[in-house]
Amino acid sequence: MSATIPVSGSFAGTTYRTCPRSGLQFEARAERLMIANAVVAVVALLIGGLLAIGVVLTRWPAVHWLPADTFYMVLTAHGIDMLIFWIIFFEMAVLYFCSSTLLRCRIATPNIAWLAFALMLIGAVTNNVAVFQGSSSVMMTSYVPMMASPAFYLGLILFAVGALIGCFVFFGTLVVAKREKTYEGSVPLVTFGAITAAIIAVFTIASGAIILIPTFLMSVGLVKEVDPLVYRTIWWAFGHSSQQINVAAHISIWYAVAAIAFGAKPMSERVSRGAFLLYILFLQLASAHHLLADPGLSTGWKVVNTSYFMYFAVLASMIHGLTIPGAIEVAQRQKGYTRGLFEWLRKAPWGNPVFSGMFIALIGFGFLGGISGVMMGTEQLNMLIHNTIYVPGHFHATVVVGTTLSFMALTYFLIPVLFKREMILPQMAKIQPYLFGLSMYFFCLVMMGAGTLGVSRRHWDMAFQGAALGYEWPGAAYLMMGLVGIAGVSAIAGGGIYIMVTVGSLLFGKKLDNGKTSGVPTPVPRAAPTVVAQTYGSAGFAAPGTFMLALLFLVAFVLYYFINWKYLGQLWGLS
Amino acid sequence: MSAILPPAERLWWKHPLDRVEGTWIAIAFVWCMVMFFMMIYWHAYGRQNLSTETYKTTPDKYTAKAQAFVDKYTVRTETEQKIPVVAPPEGSDVYMVARLWAWWPILELEKGKTYKLHLTSMDYNHGFSLQPANINIQVVPGYEHVVKVTPNQSGTYSIVCNEYCGINHHTMVGRLYVK
Repeated sequence: MSATIPVSGSFAGTTYRTCPRSGLQFEARAERLMIANAVVAVVALLIGGLLAIGVVLTRWPAVHWLPADTFYMVLTAHGIDMLIFWIIFFEMAVLYFCSSTLLRCRIATPNIAWLAFALMLIGAVTNNVAVFQGSSSVMMTSYVPMMASPAFYLGLILFAVGALIGCFVFFGTLVVAKREKTYEGSVPLVTFGAITAAIIAVFTIASGAIILIPTFLMSVGLVKEVDPLVYRTIWWAFGHSSQQINVAAHISIWYAVAAIAFGAKPMSERVSRGAFLLYILFLQLASAHHLLADPGLSTGWKVVNTSYFMYFAVLASMIHGLTIPGAIEVAQRQKGYTRGLFEWLRKAPWGNPVFSGMFIALIGFGFLGGISGVMMGTEQLNMLIHNTIYVPGHFHATVVVGTTLSFMALTYFLIPVLFKREMILPQMAKIQPYLFGLSMYFFCLVMMGAGTLGVSRRHWDMAFQGAALGYEWPGAAYLMMGLVGIAGVSAIAGGGIYIMVTVGSLLFGKKLDNGKTSGVPTPVPRAAPTVVAQTYGSAGFAAPGTFMLALLFLVAFVLYYFINWKYLGQLWGLS
Repeated sequence: MSAILPPAERLWWKHPLDRVEGTWIAIAFVWCMVMFFMMIYWHAYGRQNLSTETYKTTPDKYTAKAQAFVDKYTVRTETEQKIPVVAPPEGSDVYMVARLWAWWPILELEKGKTYKLHLTSMDYNHGFSLQPANINIQVVPGYEHVVKVTPNQSGTYSIVCNEYCGINHHTMVGRLYVK
């Protein structure tokens, strides 16, 4: 095969496939990397999901299944497999997709990308083995001076190094596309969002390395002590910021789904990109959210950091929350769904899991995850919430409803496009986002309810059996935790359907046409020129329905925020 | 499919803002500022602000202070383990020890009076979760956190540990009376 574009290095010997179903172009080597990363991600999700059964059935007071030591081990593994391994493996696939596929170029240094993959895989397996040996039940946070076995930290460090290399392969691929001129002008918005995610990832992984390397050395006896408060501060620059990678990644996916399912274009590139820029600037300040109830940190530091510097990153999220459904509304109105405020939404393809999953994720992320997150991230209000089960209630709304469900929705798109298989059990796939998403909504709500009553997170027994001085939680707290159990089981069933459909399609789905293969990339066309949006909508508003939804969101936000201040005002005086 | 394609206009940043976006950005910005200044306002006018007064300490140093405090103000003991119940005077320094897996001692405070509550851990991180009032404070080893508290309701309170601290984490419950 002869290369027709004059480039040096590892270029020769690759092919480009144009998918007949989506028009997307996949480079062979990037495609294999995406498949490998996505498959391992789903395996991690499967393991994490099985572990979730243990967590949920133990915290359901009437069932209280596992003994304490097993419960804490299972909880540690569940957190790490889901929050780190499932999500970051999938994000690697997303990064390669957003660079190589969307920019239609070869992936930079594919062998190094495989090295990154291998390191991540070895790291994930090492860490899991350490946890399942039972001597590393330290929770995902592994706060010093509680120590895990050295393999626990080593696994995480290897994984992080691999992920960091993966980020640089992504950046390198951007350079390749620019240099080989596979696109004109600026990168697509979705790629811009992926760049945001990768920049935050570099910051995050560096923080992880800064704190996990000395902790590893402490676990093998080479370092005497890691200060507990310093550990918490830096660990959370890794722990929380890594969730901000997810936010940037799943918001990029929302824009992509709006484009794929509706042909929607961003209402304004400037606004959406500006909002991503605010993420790059401020979103990693989140470490403070976990330290608001800590000693030793000044009020000024807490206030500035917990608000992501005057809430500019929250502002960015509120912007994305408007512009994504807004873009869908504009596209739908252009197709003629113009009656009333909400015809565009009623006539959306609710039976398509790519769309329904994305939209359920968006609404749940905003209303449940967003509002609760800002509330509990308020310096003083945090005292009501810190370390209660409200916290996992919040982050299941962001990371499970927001990120995981978005990844699931994207998978339904990728099964025919990337994996070239017809999806099996389409009826099951159709209900999956509803079963999973709505169960998770309810799961998060009742968890937050229990947390508002004070119930602790990471706690084996709310009846305190064996304690010298007991405490009796109110009946409502038991009721809420029972509902957590029921909703959790139902959500796990929804997750199970996803695994069944995905794995089943990969193994047994009808093979689909590869599409035309070529030795050279076809450059990306530009988007069609913008139609003036203002000709649609009403009262000069291109997306009036979305604006109403946004106002509803704001009302819910303001009310909930001040209700909690009122609640705080009734507490003991603290100064 | 333009969010996944390069923007149509080369100078996309000059594309005018839609009125929906402009209005929403303005509203959202105002709300963000309200939330930001609310935290500062509460520091000036609110009565629930977590103190930042903190000292480095060691288990030995802190235990000595806590022991002296208990010896001085103990009024009775409770349970088979004879946990001391300590009733300190108003305004005094009150020492609470968090360790695997107990809060020590039991405190007896008076409603409407202010105390300087010292918190630290002898070993791992612990979580001071006062129930049913629902006040939650992180307790970090090596750091002595001094929090001024003013109970506003009498009754029997429990201190639940809500930071995971090992296998018997769930048995780590303390008690606090307010008269």
